Amino acid sequence: MTHETKRRIEGFIALLLSTMAAFVGLFWLVFILGDVLVHGIGAMHVSLFTNDPAPAGVEGGGLRNAFLGHLIITGFATLIGVPIGVLGGTFLAEYARGRWISRVISILADIMVSVPSIIVGTFIYALMVRPVGHFSGWAGAAALAIIMIPVVLRTTEDMLSLVPWTLREAAFALGSPYYKVIIQVVYRGAATGIFTGILLSIARVAGETAPLLFTAFNNSFFSYNMNGPMPSLTVSVFQYAMGPYDDWHAQAWAASLVITLFILFITITGRLLIKWRYKQ
Amino acid sequence: MTNKVELEIKGLNFYYSGDIHALKNINLTIHNKSVTALIGPSGCGKTTLLRCFNRMHDLYPKHRYEGEILFQDDNLLANGNDLIKLRSRIGMVFQRPTPFPMSIFDNVAYGLKLKGIKKKLDLAERVEKALKHAALWDEVKNKLTASAYDLSGGQQQRLVIARALAVEPEVLLFDEPTSALDPISTSKIEDLVMQLKKDITIIIVTHNMQQAARISDWTGFLMLGELIEFGTTERIFTAPSEKLTEDYVTGRFG
Repeated sequence: MTHETKRRIEGFIALLLSTMAAFVGLFWLVFILGDVLVHGIGAMHVSLFTNDPAPAGVEGGGLRNAFLGHLIITGFATLIGVPIGVLGGTFLAEYARGRWISRVISILADIMVSVPSIIVGTFIYALMVRPVGHFSGWAGAAALAIIMIPVVLRTTEDMLSLVPWTLREAAFALGSPYYKVIIQVVYRGAATGIFTGILLSIARVAGETAPLLFTAFNNSFFSYNMNGPMPSLTVSVFQYAMGPYDDWHAQAWAASLVITLFILFITITGRLLIKWRYKQ
Repeated sequence: MTNKVELEIKGLNFYYSGDIHALKNINLTIHNKSVTALIGPSGCGKTTLLRCFNRMHDLYPKHRYEGEILFQDDNLLANGNDLIKLRSRIGMVFQRPTPFPMSIFDNVAYGLKLKGIKKKLDLAERVEKALKHAALWDEVKNKLTASAYDLSGGQQQRLVIARALAVEPEVLLFDEPTSALDPISTSKIEDLVMQLKKDITIIIVTHNMQQAARISDWTGFLMLGELIEFGTTERIFTAPSEKLTEDYVTGRFG
């Protein structure tokens, strides 16, 4: 065998293996998404969005309360998590740049990103649920915020570090104080990147169930009360899917589809923003 | 070219973090409304010296200045000096163009807004004046709201000069302002520098000896952190008194 044919065969094997691996991965993805799509569309009905859950066994219930609860919890999580994440990332990339504390917090945040979310749920349970003796929407929002913070923090840090240092020097050279340099020049340069990070972190928490199980729990009624247990789509899907009724299962499928589409929408928006940013 | 003194550097030593002795006992006089070129091989300390004049080194930890730089009789190295004020009096233009991620207008208005100028009419007037001063007005007057990144490299560099000029500094520092530009843009910047010296004092660091010869009135030659020779550009390039200077300007090393 000549050297060249040997190389060609090696190349072919490598190509074959990586293509197969890609297809194995894709197969399950398409399978899951397809299944959600088929069952979800079949179960989709206006009453899902307009009605609250009906008593067990009664037809015609919906998940209006869960949609609203999900939006409220995710919304408050964003309100809590984004400012802390962005400011923390700013501290790491600007004020603590190059210091050991910056590196330590970065590594800790990376670990936090991959901590199982159920641990965050039990942590908040011990902190905010047990002491007061009841589940609450606030606890749910806090748990999701804790999952968001390291994601936003690390993206912000990375995006700020991409802004060339000379740009800051140029602003300093005009007599600008550091906080104005950051707000007026650096943030502007990194805005699309930071915004994309925020969107992706929302997508990340919007599909979480585990941290809500021990914190916001669930509620069959329409509720604005963040101090009491609050329904969410993901927890409802969990409970309905485990339940014994067929219409519960159908509603769980429909809700799954809605969550999936919502996350898909946010992720695609984020990707488009990244693409647009690099075209500039 | 006048003989009035703008900056008087007396016994200046500068150390980077880790006690790296980057400038060694520099004594030098910068004359008012003239162009002073700083030349020398890479790593000789010419940019380090330039960045002492607006205290740019203060952004980084563990640096140390010794000696004095008198700016109209005040030592600008004195502790407790208002750096924000100092930097609005001594502007700087960098090697690569540094437009901010905002519109052309907002770039030029940036320093003005920092100074507290808020009236729209006032801002517009000063922005126009600065852009005209930097010989960029005719090229951008119809697209002031466009992003500064839409401009070419040479235009960006003139925009940055306009931004520095807008706050009406007394001294403008140039750190190899044309090394990233093409020959045509370079000659525009050089013409501009020679125009500007009617109103302000200019110090320029350059790697290009022809450029120093073309545009400067005074030249300082540095090597290994020492000022080897300083004098009128004509004398430095035609009759240097030091052997090292002669070798450098005739291209024997560097």
